Amino acid sequence: MTITVPEIPRTPLQRLRWAAVDGWTITRRDLAHWARQPGLVAVGLLFPVMIVLMFGYLFGGGISVPGGGNYREFLMPGMFAMTMVFGIEATFTAVSTDAARGVTDRFRSMPMAGSAVVVGRSAADMLNSVAGLAVMAACGLAVGWQWHNGVGDALLAFGLLLLLRFALLWMGIYLGLAVGNPEALMAVQILVWPLGFLSNIYASPESMPGWLGAVVEWNPISATVAAARELFGNPGHGGDSWVADHALLMAVVWPALFLAIFVPLSIRRYRRLSR
Amino acid sequence: MNSTNFAVVAEGLRKRYGDKAALDGFDLTVSSGTVHGLLGPNGAGKTTAVRILTTLLHADGGRAEVAGFDVARHAEQVRYRIGLLGQQAAVDEILSGRQNLEMFGRLYHLPAKVAKRRAGELLERFGLADTGTKAVKQYSGGMRRRLDLAATMILAPQVLFLDEPTTGLDPRGRNEVWSAVRGLVAGGTTVLLTTQYLDEADQLADQISVIDTGRVIAAGTPDQLKSTLGGDRIDVVAHHADQLPAAAAVVARIAGVEAEVDPDTRRVSAPVQDRVRALTDLVRELGDAGIGAEDIAIRRPTLDEVFLHLTGRPTEEATV
Repeated sequence: MTITVPEIPRTPLQRLRWAAVDGWTITRRDLAHWARQPGLVAVGLLFPVMIVLMFGYLFGGGISVPGGGNYREFLMPGMFAMTMVFGIEATFTAVSTDAARGVTDRFRSMPMAGSAVVVGRSAADMLNSVAGLAVMAACGLAVGWQWHNGVGDALLAFGLLLLLRFALLWMGIYLGLAVGNPEALMAVQILVWPLGFLSNIYASPESMPGWLGAVVEWNPISATVAAARELFGNPGHGGDSWVADHALLMAVVWPALFLAIFVPLSIRRYRRLSR
Repeated sequence: MNSTNFAVVAEGLRKRYGDKAALDGFDLTVSSGTVHGLLGPNGAGKTTAVRILTTLLHADGGRAEVAGFDVARHAEQVRYRIGLLGQQAAVDEILSGRQNLEMFGRLYHLPAKVAKRRAGELLERFGLADTGTKAVKQYSGGMRRRLDLAATMILAPQVLFLDEPTTGLDPRGRNEVWSAVRGLVAGGTTVLLTTQYLDEADQLADQISVIDTGRVIAAGTPDQLKSTLGGDRIDVVAHHADQLPAAAAVVARIAGVEAEVDPDTRRVSAPVQDRVRALTDLVRELGDAGIGAEDIAIRRPTLDEVFLHLTGRPTEEATV
């Protein structure tokens, strides 16, 4: 059979269509991975549930919520954010594996839209995150967490959580492309775990020594968690400092800053991957 | 220069990494429909050249055309007309072979139906039709490489770049890849093959360019390159190691140049002009001198010897 070489698009609109189609092909590749590895996906979704049970019932009794309130109600918005933050590891592993195996080079030697690989990857990871968040919300409802300020505010809170994931995802893409070695995951974990634990996810900054409390309050993750607690009407948000009082604002500013840095860096890195 | 007869033209390509020149005035022309071997040791610049020609890397200087298009200015046109087989199998290990080929077909912007049909054809052609839904990570090395090759053939490219296609494969996998490449060439595809295996270049290539420190230092057919060593060579394997000096003296007298001696194999070797006369003289003089020979042979020089001659050092393969 003879193969006709497809036309190269000329107008910006055709180009945009091309980029969307290519990005979707890459996203579908990831969805096919899920279909082929359902066990791995289930473990990935259920691991945070285990952490919730561990903190909610095992350690939770020893942690006090400032201003009173149920610890599990306090914990859940933090656990949502933790799921978003640790997603960076999956992004890093997928991107660096492709780079190390030469798959990224193959994509770059093909007439695809330059943005497709990174955009397709981020779309797949966002779908994964929505699924993860849905599982966690169900888990939260099962252990007695609720939203108290109506569906609108709850959706806004979920939106801010996904925004955090989206911003960190681009950091994961950049690191994956720049490092190009999936075995460096350990190094990424060393970067990410302190970011996760030096936050208000598990305990309130007010219960910490002054300097540590300040570091924790300025952690970008804390901003999202505090904003989510406020929007869900869960206990433990607010405080004496400026940053604690402006959690909603900072929950947008921090991710915007990450995106402004890592989106251009990632695209540039992808275009001139050259060793 | 009339580019239409050449599938690949490179003129004065330069690329530096820090203070090391990976390519330093690299010139190459590959005629359409031929297999061109780019032969050189590790770090000679082979991969850098391929990366520039496949639009993955920008050159610091010089220019290159592939399939009639400038690689820097018309990268997209070039990408529709080439296939790249890198040093490792660049396929998705979690997906099946068919899923891989359909995905790559879609990324070449084939309609879904065409991509599907093409995937089926290529699986058939590369002997992978019965792999079903098996994940690629369960494939053997040779199968993985054939799938990799199939992925490069989706649009039936005019020029195929093979960067050390058999490195890391066992002899069986290597044979599988070689016969697949021969099949493609029979179909009219131009192939640029990099290798550090001399026998691979000898087996597959119509033309060979020898590259060392970022520059082509010799080019020609395998036979022409072998002739640069002065035609045929004569080999004598002595019975006893203590007769090697005497045997070397006899061979040197007949050849008119100093003989090379390899004590490990007890082999004495030198280039000769008149093969028949050299052989008869040698047999007589060895007999007169009382030197017992285990083997005497006239042969063409190997590309190993050509490489040693050109660069002053042996190939990786020969030193292993």
